[in-house]
Parts: sequence; C-alpha cells; structure tokens
Amino acid sequence: MKPVATPFFFYLLAATMIIGGILVITRKNAVHSAMALITTLLAQAGLYLMLYAPFVAGVQIILYAGGIMVLFLFVIMLINIERTMKERQFNKQWLVGIAAAAALGGLFIAVYTKGKLLFPEGSSSYPEAQNTQAVAGLLFDRHTGMYMFPFEIASLLLLVAIIGAVVMAKKRI
Amino acid sequence: MGALVQYIQSYLSSDLTPGAAGNWFWATVYVLLVFAGLSVAVICMNWLERKILAHMQVRLGPMRVGPHGLLQPIADALKLLLKEDIIPAEADAVVFWVAPFIVVLAAFTVFVVVPFGPTHAITDMNIGILFMLGVSSLSVLGIVTAGWASNSHYPLIGALRSSAQMVSYEVAMGLAVVSVILMTSLNAEGTGTLSMIGIVRAQQAQGTWFIFKFFPLGLVAFAIFAVAMIAETNRAPFDLPEAESELTAGFHTEYSGFRWSLFFLAEYSAMIAVSSIAVTLWLGGWLRPFPSLHGPEVAIPHVWPPVDPSASRGALDLVFALCPGIAFLFLAGMCLFNVVRMPKHPLFKIQTMGLAAFGAVLGLIGLVLFVPLVRDRVNDIFWFSAKVAAFMYLYIWYRGTFPRYRFDQLMKVGWKVLLPTGLAVLILTAATAFLEPSVEQWLRHIL
Amino acid sequence: MDAVLHISTLHYLVLGAALFLLGVIGVLTRRNVIIVLMSIELILNAVNLNLVAFSRMWGGLHGQVFAIFVITDAAAEAAVGLGILIAFFRNKETVNVDEINLLKW
Repeated sequence: MKPVATPFFFYLLAATMIIGGILVITRKNAVHSAMALITTLLAQAGLYLMLYAPFVAGVQIILYAGGIMVLFLFVIMLINIERTMKERQFNKQWLVGIAAAAALGGLFIAVYTKGKLLFPEGSSSYPEAQNTQAVAGLLFDRHTGMYMFPFEIASLLLLVAIIGAVVMAKKRI
Repeated sequence: MGALVQYIQSYLSSDLTPGAAGNWFWATVYVLLVFAGLSVAVICMNWLERKILAHMQVRLGPMRVGPHGLLQPIADALKLLLKEDIIPAEADAVVFWVAPFIVVLAAFTVFVVVPFGPTHAITDMNIGILFMLGVSSLSVLGIVTAGWASNSHYPLIGALRSSAQMVSYEVAMGLAVVSVILMTSLNAEGTGTLSMIGIVRAQQAQGTWFIFKFFPLGLVAFAIFAVAMIAETNRAPFDLPEAESELTAGFHTEYSGFRWSLFFLAEYSAMIAVSSIAVTLWLGGWLRPFPSLHGPEVAIPHVWPPVDPSASRGALDLVFALCPGIAFLFLAGMCLFNVVRMPKHPLFKIQTMGLAAFGAVLGLIGLVLFVPLVRDRVNDIFWFSAKVAAFMYLYIWYRGTFPRYRFDQLMKVGWKVLLPTGLAVLILTAATAFLEPSVEQWLRHIL
Repeated sequence: MDAVLHISTLHYLVLGAALFLLGVIGVLTRRNVIIVLMSIELILNAVNLNLVAFSRMWGGLHGQVFAIFVITDAAAEAAVGLGILIAFFRNKETVNVDEINLLKW
C-alpha cells in the first residue's frame, strides 16, 4: 500500500489524541471524559494503521474502544451520583501532583534533547498485507513462534480477572 | 490538467481496490457511490418492509402516496426532516447530540471493506473481518450514551438491555466467524486470511461456498451467525429493547425528527452490513451460484465470450450472466401487470401513469444490463446485492412471523445455547481441517 | 521544516511522552476514581504507542505482539479495578479518592 498524505494525517490524529487526553483529565462530567477517551483511542487506532500495524489497530478498536470503554460507561451510569458534579474536580494533593508531573516532563525534555539523534528512521521489513499472518507466526509457529507461553498466561490472567471482577461486584459472596 | 486525467486513468487498468492502489480520487468516488447506494437501499427497505409486512398480514400497506405507496418513504423522510427537534429538559445536550452520530458513524464506516466484487471495494484491509466486527461493536457505545443522555427511565432501561444483548451476541458472532477463518487456511501455504476479498477468493479456490464446507459444520456456523446477527441489530424476534408495547421505544424514545431518522438509518445500515458479512463469509460473496461449474464452451460473436481474456466462457456462465437483466425485466413486467390492474377511475390516472413510468425505467435498466460491456462489470455487484437482498427479505419475514423473546430468554439463548454451539463448531472445524488431508490420504491408501 | 514534515520514529515517541504526561497528571490530580482509572488507560495507551513505534523502527513484530499483550492486560485490570470500585461504592456511597481513607487513624 502506498502511503498518502502522511504528515497531514499524523498531525491530525496526534492533535485529536492530545485534545482528547486534555479533555479526559479536565472534564467534571465522567461521561464526557469517557467520550473524549473513546476519541483518543480511535485516533490511536488510526496511528497504528499509519505505523503499518493493522492487527494491533483492529485489536485496539475491538478491545479498547468497543469493550473497555463500554465497561467504563456502564459503571459510570450505574454509580453516577449528582453529588460529584457539584464538588471540586481536583483532589487535596493536586499541587504535589502537578509538581511531580512537571518533574516528569522535565525528564522527558532532557531525554529528548540529549537523545534526539539516537532513533533511526527504520523500515518495516514485513509487508502490511501479511501483517496478521506474521503476528500469528510469531505467536504460534512451530519453529519461529516464541510467544506461545505468554499467550497462554495472558488467557489465564483473563480468567483470573473475570473471576475477580465477578467476586468483587457480588452483593453477597 | 493532463496529469490529473492521467492519474484518474491510471487506476482503471489495475486489479486492486482503490485503497490498496493508493488512488484517493477513485477511493472518494467509491465512498460516494457506497454512501448513495446505502441511502437508496435504506429508502427501499422502508417501503419493502411496510409492504411485505402488510401482505403477510393480509392487508395492503401504504397505497395512497404514490402508486402502491412507492413515494411513501420520501414522504416519511420529509416529515422527519420538518418535525420539531425536541431535547428533553435536564438532558445532557452535548452527549444527546453526539449519540446518534456515533451510531451512524459505526454503521457506515463498516462499508469501507465490504467487497461488492474482486476490485469493487473501497479498500481491502489485511484485517477486513476484524475491522468490520470491531467497528460494528462501536454502535453499542452510541446506544448506551443515547439512553443515558435522555435523562428518562424508559430509554435508560432500553439502552442497558439493548447493549447487554448486543455485547452477548457479539461473542457468538465472533466464534462463528473464527470457524470460517479456519476454513480459509486450507490452501497450499497453510495460512488463512482475514481480508474480505481473500475470504471470497478462498471460496473460489476451494470451489465451494463455506456454508457447504465440512457439512454440517459450515451450515451450523452460518445458523449461529444468522441468529446472532439478528440479535446484534435489535430486530425481531430480539427487539425487546425497542419494543413498543413494553418500553415505548427503548433507547430512542426521546429522539424526534431528524435525530430519530439517524437512528433508523443506522439500524438499517447495520442490518445490511451484517448481512454483507454473512454473504461474504458463507455464501460466496460476489460468486454466482455453482462457481466452479462452467459447462461447455459457447461462442456467440459480439455477445459472448466477454472481452476480458481471463473470464470463463462456458454455457452456464452465459446463463448466469443474463440473470441481472432478466431480474429487472421481471420487475418491470410485474409493474406493467399492475398498471393493467389499476382501477379505471379518472382520479387514478396520475398514479397509473406514475407506475407505468416506474415500470418503464425498470425495463430500461434491464435492457441496459444485457449490453455486453455493462453485463460483464455488473455481474459481481448484482450477485452480491441479490444475496444481501435475500437476507433483507428474511429479516422482514422474521419480523412478521416470530413472537418476541423475553429478555431473560434472550440472554439465555445467547450465552447458554449459541456460545457452546459456537465453541463446539469451532473445535470440530479445527479437528476436521487438521485431519482432512490425512483422512484423504488414508482413504486413497485403502481404495 | 523537513524535520516537521517527514514523520520519523521520534514524532511518535514525543506523542507517546505527551500522552503519558497527561495520564500522569490525571492520575495524580483528579478526585473521581473513575477518571483516575481512565487516566491509567491513557498511560497504557502511550506505552503501546511507544512499543509499536519501536517495532516499526527495528522492523520486527515483537513490539506489536507485546502491545497486544498490554491491551489484554489493560482490559483485565480495568475490569478488576471497576469491580473494586463498585464494591467500595456499595459500602461508602462515594467515588472520591479523598474519602477512601478507611485505614486512616
């Protein structure tokens, strides 16, 4: 596939993500934050497509935007209390939090200025039309697949999480 | 200017979809064509649903607005556009406004990868079927926010019920789809494909529609998907969330006018989208019936065989290639038959003339479809559309026939019947795919 | 100008760092627990973007496979976190981090 208008789409999607992120952390209404997060996640799926990772983009749309965010919206609607809308948004230690985040930001800027030239352009040696097959090869292939065990552990983790969530949310155990 | 014309013409000789070829002009043209086609299809569905339901219930349906009610959908659209736009008090205005757009967005974006032909898709993503399932699951978000933003009890309960139902049946749909993807891997390289065009090409290469593959596994997987897709789109008999007798209208109770028409548009587009998935995965997409049988070679000068040297040239191909024209001529014939049966009252003159004109237009389209140049290009699109239209008829038939499921019965069917059956079909398909070459070898060794 | 127009790996890394920072600010300063959980999802997404950008830089697909595992992990963690939130809400009727202080003496 030939890339078309790459800088335009990158900056568009990046701006969507940043604005979505800012809206997530500054909205008083939790539903508005959730909608902003959905926008951010969908823009990220677009960025994955630009990075020649269509399978990760598909997984992101299905799991994150179509699964986790539905879960969030359900919980927000089930425990939505009017009281939260009238209170302050930021917690008691917001000043320390901003200071810590500023320190982290300073660290990032230091890393950027010192290490700007360390990252080569890079190219994908796998064509995009075979991306899913290549990912499956890494996971399942008899000779070159090395992520079979983590895959099984991940399914075990999901089982534990399901049991945990059901137990946590039950009224009487 | 010459470069632009050169750019436009450079795509016409390629055998890729516009998205795969990176040609943004033709991609935009295809997007507009799909959008227009979808809108026309939804309008037709509105009329068809009312007329077919009416005839199933031994009554006539809309007869006044145009000849046999043909202009009824246009009247409905006008009414919806001109209605007052009501927003309930205390409703969250931003979310209330955004919710129908999410549902419409999810329903329309799915059509980016639907293949109407081997190159007649907007694009062919490597993750085609995954993309379609994922984006159609985004409509759950729109429904949940629509129900919540209405600030009213009926929509909230309807939205929670509807989203719970859709999420449950998505699992069954996914399992049925996975067993089909398994079947695409029975080729020389041993790798399957998630791309929609690849799945149809796999059916073409294996010479059989996947509904008949590993009988009865393909059929059971198709049945699971066919039931789950009706629950996914909230249609009868799974339409408790929007049942008028129980919940006034479910999650779109508080929506009026144009916003309601957006929900309506999204619902019918989603129906067509999941039917397209079913047609592509099990019924061979754009392939005609019996795609591997060609019959004896026939040559009629200037008419057959088609100009494309790689196209097949048997007698059966000729017969099936005439079907689009015959279908439209049949419709035109029915129109003209009804023109003759119209009452001979002077007040009916305009309706009679309208119906005759409609029949004439259909007949003209049918005659155009016999021209060899048009016939060869339209063949794929016609068979795909005919199969999707058959699914639409099934949807309307189910609505007219089945009583509604109660919500706990609905959830029970989704989790306790479809999910285990889907798992069983998946395991059996995997076992059969694994054992098939060795069984064939063993049989050949014996016989 | 060319450094801005030609999209390289560094662009994705800077974007990932910005999202991470936004997520950290959200986790540290918000009162509503649900929004804190959503900021954690922002952080995980920033990490995923880094992983996939590096995967493209090195040409192998290990970063993408690991990103899929991270997404799976995030789903499990969100489910359990929201379950804990619901259990806590049932006891104390609040979703304020300031008021989740049962162990305070």
